Amino acid sequence: MSTVQDSVSQPAAVAAPSKKSMTVGTTATLVVFALLLITPLFVKNFIIFQMTMWLIYAIAILALNILTGGSGQFSLGQSAFYAVGAYTAGILMEHMGVNYALTLPAAGIICFIFGFLFGFPALRLSGVYLALATFALAVAMPQLLKLGVFEHWTGGVQGLVITKPDAPFGLKMSQDMWLYYFTLAVSALIYVLAVNLLRSRSGRAMMAIRDNQIAASAMGVDLPLYKTLAFGVSAAFTGVAGALGAIVVQFVAPDSFTIQLAIAIFLGMVVGGVGWLPGSLVGSAFIVFVPNVAEHISKGLSGAVFGVLLFVVIFLVPHGARQVAYMIEALFRRKSKS
Amino acid sequence: MSMLTIKDLRAYYGQIQALHGLEFSLNEGSVTTLLGANGAGKTTTLRAICNMIRSTGNIEFEGKPLAGMSTENVVRLGIAHVPQGRGTFTNMTVEENLQLGAISRSDTKNIESDIERMYAHFPVLKQRHTQQAGTLSGGEQQMLAVARALMLRPRLMLLDEPSFGLAPLIVRDLFGILGKINREDKVTILVVEQNAQLALELAEKAYVIETGRIVMSGSAKEIANNEDIRKSYLGY
Amino acid sequence: MELFTNQVLAGIATGAIYACMALAVVMIYQAIDHLNFAQGEMAMFSTFIAWQLMQWGLGFWPAFLLTLVISFAGGIVIERALFKPLTNAPILVHVAGFIALFAILNSVAGLTWDFTIKQFPSPFGSSGFLGSQLISTHQAGMIGVTLVLLLLLFIFFRYTRIGLAMRAAASLPESARLVGINTSWMIALGWGMASAIGAIAGMLIAPVVFLEPNMMGGILLYGFAAAVLGGLTSPLGAVVGGFLVGVFENLVGTYIPGVGNELKLPIALALIIVVLVIKPSGLFGRAIVQRV
Repeated sequence: MSTVQDSVSQPAAVAAPSKKSMTVGTTATLVVFALLLITPLFVKNFIIFQMTMWLIYAIAILALNILTGGSGQFSLGQSAFYAVGAYTAGILMEHMGVNYALTLPAAGIICFIFGFLFGFPALRLSGVYLALATFALAVAMPQLLKLGVFEHWTGGVQGLVITKPDAPFGLKMSQDMWLYYFTLAVSALIYVLAVNLLRSRSGRAMMAIRDNQIAASAMGVDLPLYKTLAFGVSAAFTGVAGALGAIVVQFVAPDSFTIQLAIAIFLGMVVGGVGWLPGSLVGSAFIVFVPNVAEHISKGLSGAVFGVLLFVVIFLVPHGARQVAYMIEALFRRKSKS
Repeated sequence: MSMLTIKDLRAYYGQIQALHGLEFSLNEGSVTTLLGANGAGKTTTLRAICNMIRSTGNIEFEGKPLAGMSTENVVRLGIAHVPQGRGTFTNMTVEENLQLGAISRSDTKNIESDIERMYAHFPVLKQRHTQQAGTLSGGEQQMLAVARALMLRPRLMLLDEPSFGLAPLIVRDLFGILGKINREDKVTILVVEQNAQLALELAEKAYVIETGRIVMSGSAKEIANNEDIRKSYLGY
Repeated sequence: MELFTNQVLAGIATGAIYACMALAVVMIYQAIDHLNFAQGEMAMFSTFIAWQLMQWGLGFWPAFLLTLVISFAGGIVIERALFKPLTNAPILVHVAGFIALFAILNSVAGLTWDFTIKQFPSPFGSSGFLGSQLISTHQAGMIGVTLVLLLLLFIFFRYTRIGLAMRAAASLPESARLVGINTSWMIALGWGMASAIGAIAGMLIAPVVFLEPNMMGGILLYGFAAAVLGGLTSPLGAVVGGFLVGVFENLVGTYIPGVGNELKLPIALALIIVVLVIKPSGLFGRAIVQRV
């Protein structure tokens, strides 16, 4: 290990996605959104439930994308923020009778603070050390949730059962369908917020930090502020996802939020394409549906099949779904020229 | 006999083309200098020879084409490259750096005596031989880099701006040693330099490169005495 | 005071496990500049291979040596087949690769040997060491093997040509290539060595925690923690770190009320984080100066 590292020749820990494309074009977005709107009308409730979870994990992956793809900070600990959001919703709804919709902003704010505070010690860590620290956080969270001192609120090992809300204004739709559209609305809102954040001055500051910390600091970017801000925002969005998850699944328990969840969110980001927000949907689909596929292929070796499929993905498209999108885009451009 | 022949060399950094059809050759036993302003493509040329960057064209060393060879295999053919910034292994000792220079050699019994020869060329290295290389001064590190390259027993030595950041007296010393090595050990030398004056005193032949093309070539004396060339391309 | 000493000694004994694992972690870090999250599973798999060889009639030491050879070769094969293609991909993709490898090894081990725990013999026996109640002969053996490994690694890196080449390749790959070192094969060699060291760790640990596919999860984490604590570039640091983590874990469990088994791990990790925040390159690590 070199004692002196040339900061200039050192590649960025996270390969910077090209500036123009942390999102997709408007047409594609509208098409996808239209599909998301219409599909539930034609499928069974269970599929709707799965689609809802798909959207929820996509939010969590998007949040990680802001942190890693946006500000270049690793995190293998998102499950901790997800858990805090979930328990916030659970506790507010079951112990204090708060309306489910209000638990989302509450989860967001509490997780923002939590993430922002975690961001401070994280300032001193980077790369592999930060990965380890966040990993430690994820491992610790289920244990903290099981602690006797919190049991009155958290329900201890057994967790909390949450009442599923009905569609409002007496609308004639199933609870699952209502929750799906509610989640879709929240996802769309978060997506728009994320895009605007990344396009804003703060977003550019974060990306400058991701690309070259020292240069950014020399240019006057307030490193501590933006790095902790990135953690805060990422945690907030993840917390909202957690709250939604709790409501949709109707249940929170410490062992639902283990390191496996953090790893899944991380893998979702890689498969979707780091720093490419629309990829969050693709990545989420991978982590929600591929394990089921793997189990279908081989019950006993489902883990191995999943691992093999993951390798196939990263060999073929190391930059994830974004790479596929570029390839398709390049194909269209060539076709339109000829 | 041509030691190194380069034809139609085009080199790329990603999508950016840095060399546009470079051509030149080096005779065995000669000292040649490649001159040009900052960004002209001098370093790129050396890196292309060692296959450190993507390039197309024809590079032949002692008649052998280098296309497609990995950097380490090019080096093992007998080409030593002292890179810009020296590439010293800063957290290893001076002696370990020298041992590393010879790491690809199979004649291990001669390595010890070669290290002694390096200490004879560069006494200051012997003084500091157990010190961490990173603690040496700029001039000393440059000497170490040259010595390390010589440990390969190369037939061709490429040097990238060896005078960079060094006091003129030290550069004179260094170039004097390079001349000695060329005459005594029959090492062909290609020196890339921004400091044209000193390089032209050391070399026999000179090429001038600008924006990725050779624009002028001739004997070092001709180029040094040609005021127009000096003013247009070499800045003095 | 006696309780304290007992706990410290017991901590050193368990710490030997972490120290051994940490050595494998540092080994791989030296080669590839990151942590291999699948290292524990590789060690576990190697241990199962040893167990299987013994089931087929081989004695302990022949099985041990054959497993080392298989693990070394296996490490190289895995690197060449699965990670060399990813050389130019960003680090995060490598991490995804480690996770995939983890899933594959864990699943295959589970299917081949199922999840019931198995006994794994210790070559050192399990009576009290020198008649003491505190440390068993096996634990003493673990500490001994770990120290011997450390010494061998030290000699390898300091006094052999290939060790020097590996250090060079890890420290400045481009300069290493310019002296004719095939940096790509240095990485493969690093993987092979790390895999072999991991196999030793696994075979030392299995007699204590019993052999089953999920045995290495927590231990790998402690191994990381120990390696990071000691400084990822220092084998000595890894060993010291391992012992420290073992001792700390034991003391925390003994003296802090309400801390059961589940919280020991997070607290150990919290310690690591505290150390890192104060001294980011660990106790024995070299501070990295960022030159602009």
